[in-house]
Amino acid sequence: MMEIDHLRDKKHCGDLLSNLSEFIDGTLQEELCEKIQEHMDSCENCRVVVDSLRKTIYLYQVTSPEPAVPEAVRERLYRRLDLEQFLK
Amino acid sequence: MDKAREESLSLEKLRNGDRAEFAQLMDKYSGIIYRLSLKMVENPQDAEDVLQETFIKAFRGLPRFDGRSSLSTWLYRIAVNESLMHLRRRKQPALSIDQPLETEDDQQEPTQIVDFCCMPEKELMSFEAQLYMDKAVESLQPNLKAVFLLRDIEGLSTEETADALNLSQMAVKTRLSRARMKLRNLLSEYYGERMAKDKIKKEQITLNRAVAKVEGLSQ
Repeated sequence: MMEIDHLRDKKHCGDLLSNLSEFIDGTLQEELCEKIQEHMDSCENCRVVVDSLRKTIYLYQVTSPEPAVPEAVRERLYRRLDLEQFLK
Repeated sequence: MDKAREESLSLEKLRNGDRAEFAQLMDKYSGIIYRLSLKMVENPQDAEDVLQETFIKAFRGLPRFDGRSSLSTWLYRIAVNESLMHLRRRKQPALSIDQPLETEDDQQEPTQIVDFCCMPEKELMSFEAQLYMDKAVESLQPNLKAVFLLRDIEGLSTEETADALNLSQMAVKTRLSRARMKLRNLLSEYYGERMAKDKIKKEQITLNRAVAKVEGLSQ
């Protein structure tokens, strides 16, 4: 594990950080994407930041399935709205 | 998916107070609204209150629903506002979605470089790790949390999230970026510690084996 406090001082790392979220979403201009990609190829720290940020989003997505509303909660919801007759 | 949910509902019937149609709407959307509520307010009892209040307000508000937003975006908006009201009652700080961040212009920066991506998924998604992930989301300011949940968990676009939260698209992007980086930093700390512990354990095993071998040779 390596603490970093110099990342922002490096101009290219700073450029990457300010555009990182859009880069990951694929919504960044192509030209900027290419620059970031080029920088990542030569900067191990930034590659790790990008990979771990992607992984973080992925982990939250795969561990957040749409839950079935618990039966008792569902029943109380229908009752509260006076819609018990439509409970299946 | 949301388009399919919405296409099967009659907006006209809903606006006219058709109860059977409203029951259909609850069936289709209660799962996603419950998930959002659970993550926003962090306990099942409050989440259930938010779920009920959201659909009560939706039922009352439908005759005035103008259809400019999709039904799901509109329901998310009601649910986020209800969640914020619950949090406000608990007197937590930073309670308004449109409250400016203290450092709106500053970006969240990476605090640690930990390459945890190579860890086995079983460990990344262990029960303990998932509890930690939940705690990490809980630690976000509500105005960051709402943006993260709508964009990355509920899958809304930047435009839909801005619409649901009454924010500019730029504010959504800024807050999403900060929320993601904060979560990444917290997960890096957690997984970094796990990796360090595993490394020590492996080194200890190697050392023990070497000692046993030397002892065996000397006997």
